[in-house]
Amino acid sequence: MSTTANAPSTPSFGERAMKQKRFVFGFTVTLLVIAFAIFAPLFAPYGEEQTAGPPYAKNGLFGTDYVGQDVLSRLMHGGQGVLLISVLATLLGMVLGILIGVVAAYGGGWLDEVMMRLNDVLLAFPQILLALVVLTALSNPAAWVIVVLIGASHAPRVARVSRGVALGIVSRDFVVAAEALGEKRSRVIVAEVLPNMIGPLLAEAGLRLTYSIGVVAALGFLGFAADPGAANWGQMMNENRLGLATQPWAVLAPVLMIAIFTIATNLMADGLAQLSQRGDS
Amino acid sequence: MTATTRDVQQTPTPSGGLVIEDLGVTLTGRPVDVVDDIDLVLRPGEVVGLVGESGSGKTTVGTSLLAYSRAGALISSGKVLLEGRDVLKLPWREVRQLRGEEIAYVPQDPASALNPSIRIGKQLVELQELRGIGTAESRLQAAREGLTEVGLPNDTEFLRRYAHQLSGGQVQRVALAMSFLPKPKVLVLDEPTTGLDVTTQKMVLDTMAQLCRDHGVSALYVTHDLAVVANIADRVAVMYAGQIAELGPKDTIFANPSHPYTRALLDSIPHLSQARDVKGIPGRTPAPGMRPGGCRFNDRCAHAIDECRQQVPPLITVAPDHEVRCIRVDEIGTWDIQRGTIPDADPDRKRDIILSVEGLDIFYGRKQIVHDVTFDLAKGEVVALVGESGSGKTTISRSVGGLHKDWTGTVAFEGRELANSARKRSAEDRRRIQYIFQNPYLSLNPRLTIEQIIKRPMELFGIAKGKQATDRVLELMEQVALGSAMLRYQASRLSGGERQRVAIARALAAEPDVMICDEITSALDVSVQGSIVALLEGLRKQRGISMIFVTHNLALVRSIAARVQILQEGRVVEAGSVVEVMERPREEYTRKLLSDSPRIA
Repeated sequence: MSTTANAPSTPSFGERAMKQKRFVFGFTVTLLVIAFAIFAPLFAPYGEEQTAGPPYAKNGLFGTDYVGQDVLSRLMHGGQGVLLISVLATLLGMVLGILIGVVAAYGGGWLDEVMMRLNDVLLAFPQILLALVVLTALSNPAAWVIVVLIGASHAPRVARVSRGVALGIVSRDFVVAAEALGEKRSRVIVAEVLPNMIGPLLAEAGLRLTYSIGVVAALGFLGFAADPGAANWGQMMNENRLGLATQPWAVLAPVLMIAIFTIATNLMADGLAQLSQRGDS
Repeated sequence: MTATTRDVQQTPTPSGGLVIEDLGVTLTGRPVDVVDDIDLVLRPGEVVGLVGESGSGKTTVGTSLLAYSRAGALISSGKVLLEGRDVLKLPWREVRQLRGEEIAYVPQDPASALNPSIRIGKQLVELQELRGIGTAESRLQAAREGLTEVGLPNDTEFLRRYAHQLSGGQVQRVALAMSFLPKPKVLVLDEPTTGLDVTTQKMVLDTMAQLCRDHGVSALYVTHDLAVVANIADRVAVMYAGQIAELGPKDTIFANPSHPYTRALLDSIPHLSQARDVKGIPGRTPAPGMRPGGCRFNDRCAHAIDECRQQVPPLITVAPDHEVRCIRVDEIGTWDIQRGTIPDADPDRKRDIILSVEGLDIFYGRKQIVHDVTFDLAKGEVVALVGESGSGKTTISRSVGGLHKDWTGTVAFEGRELANSARKRSAEDRRRIQYIFQNPYLSLNPRLTIEQIIKRPMELFGIAKGKQATDRVLELMEQVALGSAMLRYQASRLSGGERQRVAIARALAAEPDVMICDEITSALDVSVQGSIVALLEGLRKQRGISMIFVTHNLALVRSIAARVQILQEGRVVEAGSVVEVMERPREEYTRKLLSDSPRIA
């Protein structure tokens, strides 16, 4: 015991995170991209839907797009919508999915069986189809409708993963010990089970965010955006893809932004997952 | 018999067997010794026991014999001589050849050594194909013979089984058969019986000893349990913190242990023949890089003087074949194996029943596991439930504790019947009966701090909260001998023994009247077991807590319990006071359990 008494006390999770290169790098880049999305519109040389010249011209840094709008300005305006919708949708999907998965795993028995079979039915639909079914019924969907739809389409996939992770934890003795003490079921889930799932769940969240951006972009392509005229990284790729050979920047610029953002968020999630895993063993 | 053959073969320059000279293993990257200065000779046909606590480097020495070190460590110096060849200097192709064929290894967990998707027979045949032994026709025959040798059935049905269709003892014997098939000269066994119950352990040990004798194989038997070594080894090497502390013939080690560490280890072992005031060794084995200067045992040694802290003592030869690494070996007096024995628990003590179990039948689904079990527990008394694995002892304790709810019968606490599951019992009943789990690595939430873990029952049962609760936590931690510095540690930073103390403190935080202890020491080193047992005994005396103590270790029962229930296949076969049952067992099964248990004195 003397040896441990001399050892320095545990640094907090935040302190440890700040020492991890992977996390720090991902975190910094994520912040930069978010800052760009928020503040860049203030400095954009042209307005969001302002025409700057002929289509696919070389004017400005990145040239113009299919209707002659300045690509740089569109890029600067187009971050907010995509990021906000996909981050919110991911959060919603994660919360719903974790809830379903953990309750099913912890409840066990017929509850688990019924919940997971219903979940399987939802899983059978391609992710984008669920959203399309509702969106075709609405003429001009509000942004929150898209958030809810994408979030809901993530939920069954997240539920599968979190149920798998939770199954390995609910059978451990410390959960049984909490049961034996007569802890409330909700507290067992929140205080005993969830904290031990952080690692895999963060990795899943990173992956889901990438998917969200993809789905938002795809919906935009199909004409289901909150505002069809507004700039949006996802939509930009689809609008300009025909001119890829003549004006590659109109597509490449938003692609690069999305790539940088997803890589950064995934690095961040990965770093956190590694950190939270290290304490175990 | 072994003694005579050894005398004949023993020559000044050892030709057979294995010689380890000045072996050292360091961590890669940091100049930190894992083990150093290991000199050991395995004579042909001899079994050498290598004993130490976890973290002493005993497994590292064991695998070094096969020129293997785990990732992050490196064999940095020394020689391992097999018939004059240095195993550590051989090119890797030859080392590969040598592993298994000349030096075989039996791992701690045999289940992970057998391929779960290949049938037993196929694995035995495949091994011979790989080693180029025999012909296509003879291999199956050899596999059958190998199984016969280890006392397993050799019919086609058995050969067609998968590893998961065998019991733990059978798997371990298949692993033994596999290691003997290529007819190795040296065998390294790494705690092969840890986790097996006494009957199976005895069977595996006997098989191993027989095979070594028949084939003239030298064996290094790595274990933390001196009691096991007492039954099979010819010589014993006691390791501490990466060095050999004492080396000598088995009888010398047990009759005249000369290193304070060896004595402390022996003090922590319960005896089968008499109750004993077992003690642990204070502190814990220092990890590589944290070891003190001078004699490495100096910070835990009762005899340490300033000189002990100055330089690492050399191994001193105190008698032929008997070496000790202690500079005070002549000053610390003699030792007696009977030291610390105490009178057995009084069988005629007046009993004031607090918990009674009547006609308990327990089911898993449709299958009945436990049949009509009846026993009771008095205030301030320890009742032991003893049996092999699968005898239902843990199932009974879980049902009484309300963790398993599929049972019928009566469990009455102070005359009131208890509900089947803990959730249906009153908060007061839940508080007064506390359960402690077998594996402290699973029973504490790795995310929570020690403070949060111990405080929770107090908050839940309204015993204390806030600052007052923290003070209580510190008090409890002191009682279970944990330093207050650990208050904010996460459970994942503690060793097994420390975790089990936290689990005990958590149980005590609820101020219980009954504690159900489910094999709480079986995952721990014997020295740690000693200190846990001493702790429980203190609690019983001071607070009058009653305990149901589940175990397969009869020697432990003798030292801790007053009454015992012997279980076999879910039924009580014999019950009564510990002295009565252990001195005059009436049932054949009890006698067998007693004779299978390893004995020291």
